[in-house]
Amino acid sequence: MTAMLNVRDLRAYYGQVQALHGLEFDLNEGSLTTLLGANGAGKTTTLRAICNMVRSTGSIEFEGKPLSGRSTENIVRLGIAHVPQGRGTFTTMTVEENLQLGAITRKDSAAIVSDIERMYDHFPVLKQRHTQQAGTLSGGEQQMLAVARALMLRPRLMLLDEPSFGLAPLIVRDLFRILSKINREDKVSILVVEQNAQLALELADKAYVIETGRIVMSGSASEIANNEDVRKSYLGY
Amino acid sequence: MSTVQEVVTEAPAIEAVPKKAMTLGYGTSLAVLALLILVPLFVKNFIIFQLTMLLIYALAVMALNILTGGSGQFSLGQSAFYAVGAYTSAILMEHGNINYALTLPVSGIVCFGFGYLFGKPALRLSGVYLALATFALATAMPQLLKLGVFEPWTGGVQGLVVTKPDAPSFVSSIWSVFSGRAMSQDMWLYYFTLAVSIGIYVASVNLLRSRSGRAFMAIRDNEIAASAMGVDVALYKTLAFGVSAGITGVAGALGAIAVQFVAPDSYTITLAISLFLGMVVGGVGWLPGSIVGSAFIIFVPNIAEGISKGLSGAVFGILLFVVIFLVPHGARQVAVIAQQLIGKLRKS
Amino acid sequence: MELFTNQVLAGIATGAIYACMALAVVMIYQAIDHLNFAQGEMAMFSTFIAWQLMQWGVPYWGAFLLTLAFSFAGGIAIERLLFKPLAKAPILTNVAGFIALYAIINSFAGLIWDFTIKQFPTPFGSSPFLGSQLISTHQAGMIGVTMILLVLLFFFFRFTRIGLAMRAAAAMPESARLVGINTSWMIALGWGMAAAIGSIAGMMIAPVVFLEPNMMLGVLIYGFAAAVLGGLTSPFGAVVGGFLVGIFENLAGTYIPGIGNELKLPIALALIIVVLVVKPAGLFGRPIVKRV
Repeated sequence: MTAMLNVRDLRAYYGQVQALHGLEFDLNEGSLTTLLGANGAGKTTTLRAICNMVRSTGSIEFEGKPLSGRSTENIVRLGIAHVPQGRGTFTTMTVEENLQLGAITRKDSAAIVSDIERMYDHFPVLKQRHTQQAGTLSGGEQQMLAVARALMLRPRLMLLDEPSFGLAPLIVRDLFRILSKINREDKVSILVVEQNAQLALELADKAYVIETGRIVMSGSASEIANNEDVRKSYLGY
Repeated sequence: MSTVQEVVTEAPAIEAVPKKAMTLGYGTSLAVLALLILVPLFVKNFIIFQLTMLLIYALAVMALNILTGGSGQFSLGQSAFYAVGAYTSAILMEHGNINYALTLPVSGIVCFGFGYLFGKPALRLSGVYLALATFALATAMPQLLKLGVFEPWTGGVQGLVVTKPDAPSFVSSIWSVFSGRAMSQDMWLYYFTLAVSIGIYVASVNLLRSRSGRAFMAIRDNEIAASAMGVDVALYKTLAFGVSAGITGVAGALGAIAVQFVAPDSYTITLAISLFLGMVVGGVGWLPGSIVGSAFIIFVPNIAEGISKGLSGAVFGILLFVVIFLVPHGARQVAVIAQQLIGKLRKS
Repeated sequence: MELFTNQVLAGIATGAIYACMALAVVMIYQAIDHLNFAQGEMAMFSTFIAWQLMQWGVPYWGAFLLTLAFSFAGGIAIERLLFKPLAKAPILTNVAGFIALYAIINSFAGLIWDFTIKQFPTPFGSSPFLGSQLISTHQAGMIGVTMILLVLLFFFFRFTRIGLAMRAAAAMPESARLVGINTSWMIALGWGMAAAIGSIAGMMIAPVVFLEPNMMLGVLIYGFAAAVLGGLTSPFGAVVGGFLVGIFENLAGTYIPGIGNELKLPIALALIIVVLVVKPAGLFGRPIVKRV
């Protein structure tokens, strides 16, 4: 089986500084894969490189199509939704407008309306606040909005950058439960970058560990979770 | 990273200019100086007059350069300061019978005050807002000068005629010993302007090399860091405005004496645009480029008007785009490229 | 009292023009955070196009629509050719670009149509409006056109997908790209719309001030004042700012001694500086957090 996302020899640069040094990994269709690593290891850069938001070399293929040379918006149009760090909420617009923006590339307006309803089922709090300015939402609500907005694209693959950042533990659990449900029921493959390794490993089926811009370990999530080094460095027991 | 607010990462006002790049070496300076002294001896009066204007506009361009290249602030309103300088000098000469040379420092001081006062509120503005405020100032200036209240002094729409000064008798007599004829008014005015320009240029170079100059540049490169280092940002920003306006005022005064006439419509937004253009062409932050920029704004319109009347604006604009796209650092960049080429030729 | 009402009405009428100009300024400011100093010249050029079309026998409204289309296309072309490459350049370079554009357009207009003033027709006539001596039909028409424009823009931004995409691209470009919006084209579209709106301002004011290459300079300064007063980021604010500035200009000219016609531009200058210093975000603008 060929992987849905194929990353080979990925090198990324911020100005003169190289942030990724020949990163390689795969993501299978339907999988929930996690990238683990410490601050500054290159997790965010990897996601940004996939969407061509940072200067990079190497090859990234999505469903057999090379992504290099495509603009960010064209990559998104292939069906890759990216929930960036900081959530990227359109703060001055309403919750509903945020959701409509998620579907801005789609032409099927009837289905968009029903998709918005589906998002309100997934995240009831968003329904309560649908006319509210998105900037006034709490951190957790904004994260849910960001996930919902990404799903409005009807993506084949969703990239999530530290969805747990700054959220209360209970909310994080809730969010991951929903992510896992979306992964199973809506058949959306997910690549999630996390510092909260414990939770990510519980839900993921596959995991990679990044250190200073390189993959240093890969395997099924349970293998990784049981690895001595990973336990010491990332899980803290 | 926390939630992204509506944060504007502002583009830098201008690209940082290394301090060394702001001036010329001694050898080159002396060569340019020699050229400036010798050329008028061999050309006609009308050309001497144009050379005088060249120096005057170079002063005005350099003043803008100190403001923008030095402290990173914009001004599209230099014509207003130029006008105030010109009018101050003209009024003092015509209504007060004061010697033309003595009016220059007065114009400088008046414009320094005007610039300082305008800079006070303007220092809270940055980038495009400052450009806007000064743009509005330049547009409003001719109307202010036409005001009925000031008419007894300014002459209203008609403006004022200024007498052209003769060379002082001792200069004239020394001159006639060598050349056998009297020194023309144009030639005297040229050397007078040259002396003033050199004085101001040297003072400006020293200013930029001084403590204040370093403060200007710190503000230009990063205002918040500068204030964290203890630079009094407000003081130095207004000071830069004042100094720039003061020098522009002296240039305006010299201009009034040279063209023997001041009128409101000589100082429209077109003049402000020309000076701005001169700075960009000469290279932002490179003081010697001011004379290149000045040559550009004096001679290009003449050439363009020769091709077709009313074309000078278009030629200005198109050349400005050419500069922006091809040599964004203006004459400084051209000079550097030329230097490298010469270096290569010598080696081979 | 009648003088007062008269001046307020006249102020609203000229304010309508400032509102159009301010709208155009805001459209571009929203898209690229720069003030287009050539906005007035673009509008002036468009107005000449309309005049030329009418000289060739095109009826008023036909010329009006053709001019809108021409301006829209012209605005996009200018952005694609000249300003897209400057997107990441320092502010100074952009300001220089706008100034260059100003000089080019002004000069070409003079070259093509010379600097003699020309009559520009009004489609509304200039008889008293509804029998009232206070306001002419042309002034009423200017107000009406601005109001229609504002309503259209409101619906465009609020209820169309492309309007939503433009707002998103202006507010948060990176997030906009991440939902698949081509932000670069949204900027071009903003330029096109700004040019078209500006051309309306030009065609509305031309019957009042006469058509000539320098006719828009004062209007632009007032447009800037209106945009700054309205907050530079809010189309609604720009229109309110336009009307306020128009009324203020007329009242100041009537009631403050010594102002009259000769101080009109200095008033705009004073207004700009006062607003920028006292309330830089304007009446309806959002405060901007500056990241260092």
